[in-house]
Amino acid sequence: MTQTIDQKTVASTEDQQRLRVVFVGHVDHGKSTLVGRIFYDTNSLPDGKVDQIRESCRKEGMEFEYAFLLDSLLEEQEQNITIDTTQIQFKTARRPYVIIDAPGHKEFLKNMVTGAASADAAVLLIAANEGVREQSRRHGYLLSLLGIRQVVVAVNKMDLVGFSQEVFESVVAEYRAFLSQIGLEARTFVPVSARNGLNVALPARAEMPWYTGPTVLDMLDQFEAPKPLNELPLRLPVQDVYRFDERRIIAGRIETGTLRVGDQLVFSPNNKTSVVASIENWNGPKTEVAYAGQSVAITLTEQIFVQRGHVASHEKDAPIESNRFKANLFWMGKNPLVIGERYRLKLTTQEVDCELVSIDRVVDASTLEVAQQPSDRLLKNDVAEITLQTRSPLVMDNHDRIPTLGRFVIVDNRQVGGGGILSGGVYTDRTQVKSRNIFWSEGDVTAQHRALRNGHKGAVVWLTGLSGSGKSTLSRAVERELFNMGMHPCILDGDNVRHGLNSNLGFSPEDRVENIRRVAEVARLMADAGLIVLTAFISPYRADRLRARQIALEGGCDFVEVFVDAPLELCEQRDPKSLYKKARAGEIQEFTGITAPYEAPENPELVVPTAKWTLEESVAAVLELVRPRVKPEFFPEI
Amino acid sequence: MSEHPAYAGKYPAPEDGQPAFFPEKISRADCAHLDALEAQSIFLIREAFHHFKNICMPWSMGKDSNVLIWLSKKAFCGHIPYPLLHIDTTYEFPEMLEYRDWAVAHHNLNLIVKINEDARAGRGAYAERGPVGYDTADPVTVTHELKTAALQQVMAEHRWDALITGIRRDEDSTRAKERYFSPRNKDFEWDYADQPPEFWNQFTTSCAAGEHVRIQTLLDWTERDIWLYIQREGIPIPKMYFARTGKDGKRYRFRSLGCWPISGPVESDADTIDKIIDELAVTKTSERAGRAQDHHERNAMQKLRAKGFM
Repeated sequence: MTQTIDQKTVASTEDQQRLRVVFVGHVDHGKSTLVGRIFYDTNSLPDGKVDQIRESCRKEGMEFEYAFLLDSLLEEQEQNITIDTTQIQFKTARRPYVIIDAPGHKEFLKNMVTGAASADAAVLLIAANEGVREQSRRHGYLLSLLGIRQVVVAVNKMDLVGFSQEVFESVVAEYRAFLSQIGLEARTFVPVSARNGLNVALPARAEMPWYTGPTVLDMLDQFEAPKPLNELPLRLPVQDVYRFDERRIIAGRIETGTLRVGDQLVFSPNNKTSVVASIENWNGPKTEVAYAGQSVAITLTEQIFVQRGHVASHEKDAPIESNRFKANLFWMGKNPLVIGERYRLKLTTQEVDCELVSIDRVVDASTLEVAQQPSDRLLKNDVAEITLQTRSPLVMDNHDRIPTLGRFVIVDNRQVGGGGILSGGVYTDRTQVKSRNIFWSEGDVTAQHRALRNGHKGAVVWLTGLSGSGKSTLSRAVERELFNMGMHPCILDGDNVRHGLNSNLGFSPEDRVENIRRVAEVARLMADAGLIVLTAFISPYRADRLRARQIALEGGCDFVEVFVDAPLELCEQRDPKSLYKKARAGEIQEFTGITAPYEAPENPELVVPTAKWTLEESVAAVLELVRPRVKPEFFPEI
Repeated sequence: MSEHPAYAGKYPAPEDGQPAFFPEKISRADCAHLDALEAQSIFLIREAFHHFKNICMPWSMGKDSNVLIWLSKKAFCGHIPYPLLHIDTTYEFPEMLEYRDWAVAHHNLNLIVKINEDARAGRGAYAERGPVGYDTADPVTVTHELKTAALQQVMAEHRWDALITGIRRDEDSTRAKERYFSPRNKDFEWDYADQPPEFWNQFTTSCAAGEHVRIQTLLDWTERDIWLYIQREGIPIPKMYFARTGKDGKRYRFRSLGCWPISGPVESDADTIDKIIDELAVTKTSERAGRAQDHHERNAMQKLRAKGFM
């Protein structure tokens, strides 16, 4: 993609993506041994590695294990089990692979899922001498839940059952029946002795003449590479918005589809539209098109408000938007997942609070039995159908249509606690499915509770600038946007303060100071009550604005100063209330900019040049500043 | 410069000239997978930058580190919005220090250099045991004190809550078990026996005060990928990766660069990236074979890394 015309290209025969294959199955059924053996048989190990491990095993009085090639942690070697997933690469004549060795112990299911979730295909091991066991079934179930359809079963340790065809056939029959119940079909079953390298890379005609099928390595080479996702509808979840070199850049990864300069994009869930102006490509040639999988940075022709979590799509084929939905969920958290509790849900770059509304069906992933007793909680390793409700609308797709937008995780104590798969969502005109009135039961009312209820914290946004610079217009437009987002903004300006609260104040220097002090105190109280307070006063003196900031900060409220910057000539030209005219005529004394000074802010959080920016751009800039600052922190212990 | 003890071995001091090597940009037909690796790394870097506001990128000046600089610039349209950190063990090759100065100017880096001065001088917490160096301690101890302990000191000073690192799974078998977002506790310990789940590109994106998260953006890359990418992009790297003729008349180069007393060159004729890539296709020695601290004792790397080494 970064190739330039004058750049030399050398031909090569290995133009292949790496296929990711996970090895799963019950503990001690020989996954690491099989992987180690594959590496040994394909000559993929560094020089002396096997000798070195043989030697250290001899010193420790341990029997040599191929598994030690993968199980590198001391604890793993001493207990002879795999604790965590290992990823290791090798290649056959056909193509390169990433082999993922996943642990089989129930205790380490989270590590198995970590390894398996990124795989394109799976090899599931069952030891012939032990037969189908709990994790053999559970892992099969999780593979199907994770959407891995290419599965080969290796029946291992055939040497321990005298290479018996009968034993092999009975394992095949039992496991095939299990898989058919969960709608998964194994490509084939291969009888194997990993330790002895039989049917791993080389066929075992002597030991198992009754088996003439493919070896494990043959089967790896028959797996298909994942299909490119360029033909699916476009989904570009916004990862971040940057401002570099005077430009607003929207960054994210194209999960599916194709994006072109000139495309009209709609950003869900706020339904704003704009056109792709450019695809940035640092140090590379001009790019007009980008595809699924690429991490891109784009600019838009119109500066609409966009933030992390918004999902760009084309207007046709937009995603689903919902705040109440069903999902298939597997839970691996240390704590149970409890009905009515609040959790953090992550779906691509979206992050919202959610509540488990109901547990509709709990399935034992090993026996496939449905739990008869209703429960208000899911325990570690449970798999269930559930209903979730999110605090704000979630942008999603059905998993069978667009996998990356059809799956989410729930966070438990900072860590990913479980994963869910979405299905059965209806693609509708999303403007009709908005319901944001979700109520949460709470205990004592604190600022944090208010923030969680409101979906945002309180704050003071202090606009300062000359009369006619656009403070009132901007504050009203920002108020409207925040209000439309379901937030709680309000405006304090001369009109609603001078007539009541401050009606006893004039325009003498002392009265101006007192005017601003009162405004600052009221703003602090209102912000403390959870509102986003927009103040629109000329507030010409730095000292006054500094005091306002101190009052807010002392009250525990965030304070941002926005300099609404327009040249005096322009303000005078606008003169919406004819005040400049009166000041010039001497009818008003001490008018800021004419007969009284305006001290421009030295370090405002934002400068809005209203002469250069459109109102929409100005509003977007204020929202970009304010939105992240009022985002509530998530306190799971509340 | 040639008087420096670092050059008493097989690899001679450089001829005069600039310390950086600019590869000829060559793209290969088997580079398609580099696009996928690049996209994932940029995604991870941007995730790190979004979730952690006080972030730093350790920079060893090695090839992987320079790929990280490149990927950062790609992620942020030519900018690097966080500081870089060089942990200077005081055992750097003089040529690498020259490279450092050159790169700071070339990439316009905001570089913080940290030396564990107390350990080298044997003062403060080290008063009793005396100065730590390769003349007084074994390589595992020196690596821990001059790298990991130095990192702990500088992180406490700057209160960084996240580090963008460039380790790869193929470097070492404990790294093969790493997560993209790997939390470390207050004492920098890696709880490898109980790592958080990580799938569908959802990561551990917060930590308690005093803890930090390492974002390991090159985990999926191999040594060969790094070289292919350096070549495809034309990324400048230190000249020490390329073969020079030693005193014994044989040709040597560095495959992995560390402290000069414990970094050995490998015999190699590779003086271009093409030759290095060809060499990797046939070599069966591991990349870090020349790094003494890895092999000091059984599971030396596991112990070093559990205590906070990269």
